[in-house]
Order: sequence, then structure tokens, then C-alpha cells
Amino acid sequence: MIDFRLTETDKALLARTRAEAVIARRYAHQFDENEAEMIPDTLPETEDFYANREAAPKPGPEDTQGPVMMMLQAMGAFWGDYSVRLRRADRGGLGNAALAAAGTTEQKEKWGELLLSMAITEPGCGSDPSRVSTTAALDEETDEWVINGEKIFVTTGIRATGVVIWATIDKSAGRAGIKSFLIEKGTPGFDVPHKEKKLGIRADDTAAYVFTDCRIPRTNLLGLDESIPKKSSGGFRGVMKTFNMTRPLTAAMGLGIAEAAIDLTRDELEAAGIALDYSTGPGGLGRQNAAAEKFMRLEALFEASRLTLLQCGWMAGQGMPNNLESSVCKAHAGSAVRQITQGCIEIVGSMGIARENLLEKWMRDSRITDIYEGTGEIQRLIIARGLLDYTRADLK
Amino acid sequence: MISFGLSEEQEMVRDVMREFAADAIRPIARECDEASEIPSDFLDTAWTLGLTSTQIPEQYGGAGEERSLVTNAILLEELAHGDASLAMAAVAPSLFANAILDQGSDDQKQALLPLFCGESFATGSLAVGEPGALRDASAPQTVAEPKGDSFILSGRKTGVVLGDRASHFLITARNGDDLGAFIVPRDAAGLTIGEPEKNMGLHALTTNSLEIERVEVGADALLGGASGADIQRLLNVSRTALSAVMLGVSRAVLEYCVPYTKDRVAFDEPISKKQSIAFRLAEMHIEQHSLRMLVWQAASLLEHGEDATKAAWQARSYAAEKSMWIADNGVQILGGHGFIREHPVEMWFRNARTLGVVDGMVAI
Repeated sequence: MIDFRLTETDKALLARTRAEAVIARRYAHQFDENEAEMIPDTLPETEDFYANREAAPKPGPEDTQGPVMMMLQAMGAFWGDYSVRLRRADRGGLGNAALAAAGTTEQKEKWGELLLSMAITEPGCGSDPSRVSTTAALDEETDEWVINGEKIFVTTGIRATGVVIWATIDKSAGRAGIKSFLIEKGTPGFDVPHKEKKLGIRADDTAAYVFTDCRIPRTNLLGLDESIPKKSSGGFRGVMKTFNMTRPLTAAMGLGIAEAAIDLTRDELEAAGIALDYSTGPGGLGRQNAAAEKFMRLEALFEASRLTLLQCGWMAGQGMPNNLESSVCKAHAGSAVRQITQGCIEIVGSMGIARENLLEKWMRDSRITDIYEGTGEIQRLIIARGLLDYTRADLK
Repeated sequence: MISFGLSEEQEMVRDVMREFAADAIRPIARECDEASEIPSDFLDTAWTLGLTSTQIPEQYGGAGEERSLVTNAILLEELAHGDASLAMAAVAPSLFANAILDQGSDDQKQALLPLFCGESFATGSLAVGEPGALRDASAPQTVAEPKGDSFILSGRKTGVVLGDRASHFLITARNGDDLGAFIVPRDAAGLTIGEPEKNMGLHALTTNSLEIERVEVGADALLGGASGADIQRLLNVSRTALSAVMLGVSRAVLEYCVPYTKDRVAFDEPISKKQSIAFRLAEMHIEQHSLRMLVWQAASLLEHGEDATKAAWQARSYAAEKSMWIADNGVQILGGHGFIREHPVEMWFRNARTLGVVDGMVAI
């Protein structure tokens, strides 16, 4: 049954997320201003907070299902801050997801304890990963792969203890020649030159990697499949499939920030005595305060985006294919968070750009939503192919 | 529990309505628009679907199915995908009947609901729109003046759907600071039903104005009886329904453009292979999809008796903006063909603008 009501257990779980987010937000400004610092694994409040907390209620069959709650909780956590958490969860780097999806049983056992970043993007390739130019050459004598190349924008790149990279074993084969390799930190020839300097999410750990004749065992090829398929590139599609959860999650992260901007702006409008009247019909438009009207439209945009995200998560929970919906919610959220955060600053005026407040930070932080995990343009390309029943050769 | 799952029954209703819209609505939509009228036999055919009577309890002559505003929103999207005017005409009886069903007193239900459970088409209507710029149905100028046990109604209404055929009107009016809706039979003294209105869109859907000159009604004419009714809820239902219609129009535009762009060749390839066109189609899809989520939310909250004022505002406002945007782009994608009346897109373009500024003209 179509339903939009949260159960008491749902509410209690989200309240817990909010309580953590409120504390994390106290540190948002500090770590944004001190970009070079690494965020600590815990905050001064952490120990007390968890010591005094009651056990979480267990969701039952009547409560909102897992993936939908995961989206709501991600929104809730990012409402506090993009990067700061009470307790750092070091389990899941993007590389861990790749290992889980493509690794052999032995590989999963061997590297399961590592925190793995995922390195795809290079200075010369972003949205089209088939242009990867980092090479992996097999040295038959030593049974080693020799890696050469440069990777940028590597999320959790500094703290990670290992990385899964994409490199080509045969440039002439295009996408089919691209394989995933696992490289542990400390391997000779693997350098981490710097943490990237960014517009937003400055506290976040984003690194650049350089590989110079970096030698790794032949068995570090994820899945151990060295063949180059002639036509179908099932492996590539397999990797792309992991985006069906990560795309909605990035949408959730951006929307969490947008909700923070919405909440702050609503409070400011209220403080200024500007009423938000939702009882009005179409003819009531001309009688609304302009700031209220603009805000209410941004709020509707936010709600449309939020529900589109939750529906995508719900489909995942039902085991339904949600490839198209993943792109739809990511594209919608990417565009919505830009309009919302920029629009909220317009509504509150110069207070919105002052760095002591967080609104300007939220505008900078959320701007990445429409770029990473596939730009808005890439999402539109995927959606258009789906609508038109086109392959990637039909519509480039 | 947040869920987006349609029940089996909802899926069935959706499929039946989709087929009806394709077979019985879309093929006659253009000729009805050109003629500015709806054939009576269409209303009779639509009547057999039980759009209004299905959810009226058996004690009043209906089929007694559970009342679901979500089901009705899904149904309305499908009908409007065929044509907005014909869809709104087909469900016009619900404008009056569902208001009585949801908010009428027992006596009012007893007296009026059986009217909508008969063999042939019968309708009442809702009168909330008023003439003049910047008028808001939430703040009517029509007045209900108490006089002993009765009320004297004075004012003017516009956009009264099927006013020419309605047996009763539900007229919103203010009594001091209170809002009420009053049940007025069409032959009430002082009530004049105007000639059919001529608007930019929804040509086929007959709407009339009402001149209300000191129309006297008894206290029992007040919807809900002595305790009155929740007029905001009445408007929320209607605004959610309007959003569902705009959603149907939006999807119609998108689904018309997709095959068109695959057929239309320019510079040696279908225009659908150009990103400028393909991306626009993608955006049209994104917007109609997310609009559907807002419509479902508003309908679902109403269905569960929750406060849906904000959700209905969001659905209606987003629908008005995005359906217009989608229809506007539909015209642009078809180019010259979007401008001539041979293709339906020019009609949908006019309808989208019209739907975005009317109120109280459809219910779920």
C-alpha cells in the first residue's frame, strides 16, 4: 500500500540520527576552515553520548524497510555535516564495495579488513571511464603487474589502507581492457602526494595518487580474470551496477544538506514574521510575500526530490531493477540541491554568505552532488537511452 | 511505513483506465476540443465504469468498495493521459458526491448519495472559483448571511464544471470568519446558471458561471450539518486531483514526443540522437516522475486523514510549474508541428496553462 507515514520506530531511529548530527554540526565550521587537518575518529562528546544512550529499537515488518531508512538516515547524518561524525565508520570505502562485488572468495578473506578507497578518475578522464590511461603491464618473469599512472579525487584516499584502481591491460581494447586491481598502501611506487583542495566538502578526505612502476602480485587482479572479452563487457557492466545504490546515496547526502538549508531559511523567515500560507490556491499567488513564495517553491522542489529518492530506495528493497530510477533521483537531486542552497542564500541575503554561518558552506558542499558518481549530464544520457530504447552506441 | 507499492487492485484499476483512455478518450479528444463539447454517449459510457459509485457505501446504493484517494489519483492520471477535458467530465459527479461522502451529515448522505448510484449519468458540481484577478478559493468573496434558521447566499462563481447538467451545487461562502459549503439545488430561487464559458484550454469541458442573488437555503444545506465541514480539506482534495490531471497531461506530452523524435530526421539522423533533444526528454521524464511522487503523497495523506494542506500545495504548485514546462518543451520539440492543431501537443499546451490556474474543478 502506498503510504508516507513514519512509524514510531522509524521516528525513534531518525531521532537518534538527528541527535548525532546536531553534535557533529558543532564542528562543521572548524574542519571546513582547517582544510589540511584530518578529522579525528571521535569527538570530545562521543564517549558520553554513547554511554548515556538507550538501545536502538528493532524495526519489524510494519516499519519502513531497510533501503528507504538508509536513505533517510543518510539525509539525517548529512543534515549535520558532510564530513564530521561522532564515530567514524571505517568499514565501507567504495573500494570495499568493489571487492565485495568482483573479488574471489580468497581475495575477500585476504583484504576484507582493509579500508579500501576506489580510484577511477584521472586528470584526463572523468565521466567516460573507458578512457582510463593508467596501465597495468604483466611481467611474466616475476608474475607481477606493473602499474603506471595518476589518479585524482580519491575519496577516503588518505585514511584508506588500500585502494582498488581501474587500469587498462590493453589500451587498444577500449573498455574491455579495463580491469580492477587492489594495491595496498606502502607498496613501493605508490605515492600519495596530497589531499585535494576543494570548493566544498573541504574536511573530507580526498586524495591524489601517483603510481610509478608500482609492482603488485599477479593475484591482485580483482576476480582474477585476465581475458579481454571481444564484444560484451559484462565485467564493466558489473562494476557500473554498484552505482544503483551509490547514486541514490549521493542524492541522499546532497538532499540532507539541502534540508539543512531549508530548515535554517524557514527559521529565519519565521523570525522575520513572514508567514508561509499553504492554504492558498492558484489565485493566491499574487498575495504571497515574495520571499515566502520562493521558499515554498524550493521546499516543494526538495520534497519532490526526497520522494523520488525514497521511491528509488524502495525499489531496491523490493529487489526491483532500479537502474533508471537511480539516475532519475540522482539527476533530480543534483539539480535540486543547487537551486535550493543558492536560492536560500538569495532569500536570507548577506547573512547567507557570511562564513560564520553554515549556509554558504552548504552551498559549496552540496555542489558536488551533481558532479560525482556520474554528472547530471551522464544521468540524463542514461535516462534518455532508457526512454528511447537506445544503446550507448545509438546515443553518445 | 513508507511504501510506494501499488495494491493489486490499484494495478488493475490503472490498467483498465489506461485501456479506456486509449480506446475511448484519446481518439475523440481533438474533435471534442474543436466542437467545444462532450458527447452525451461518452458520459454514458464512462458512467458504466462506476467512477463515482464504486466507493459509495452499499447502504446508499453504491458498490461499497473502500474509499481510496490514492486509487482515484492513479485512475485520474490515466484518464487525463487520454484527455484532460474528457477525464474531468467523466469524474465530474465525484466533485459533489465525494464531498458529501467525506464530509456530509448522515441526512445529507441519505438524501443525496443515491442520486449518483443510478443507471444513467447524473452529476452535481462544486462552485469554488470566483471571477476577477488574484482570487483565491481559500478566501471566497461569496457571502452566507445567517437569517434565523436559514442562510442567504450572495456572490458569483466561475468554472463550475458541467454546470449545465448538475442537479445540485456545493457553493463555498464565508459567514463572518467561518467558511462553509452550501448545498443548493439548481432550481433554487435567485440562482442563475450562466452560458458556457470560453477559455484558452479545456474546450471540451463545459464550465459555467453562477449568479447567486440572495439565494435562501435552510440550515440543513450547510455541508456537514450544524458542525460544518473542513473546507480546506475539500480544496486539498481538489488540488491533489488537479495535480493528477496535470501529471496525466505531462506524461501524454512526453510519450508523444519520444516516438516523434525517433521518426523525425534532421541532418541525416533522428533528432532523438541529438543531446539537445534527448536531454530535454530525459528532463521531462524526471519531472513527471517526481511529480507523481508528490501527487501520491498528497493523496495518501488525505486518504489516511492526515493534514495534507502542505502536501497538496506542493503537489499543485509543482504540477502547475512542471506540466507547463513539459508541455512548452513538447511544442518546441515538435517545432512547427507543435503549433498546428493536427497534433495534440498544441491542445495539451493550452490545457496545461489552464489547469495550472483553476481550482475546484476536479476531485478524487
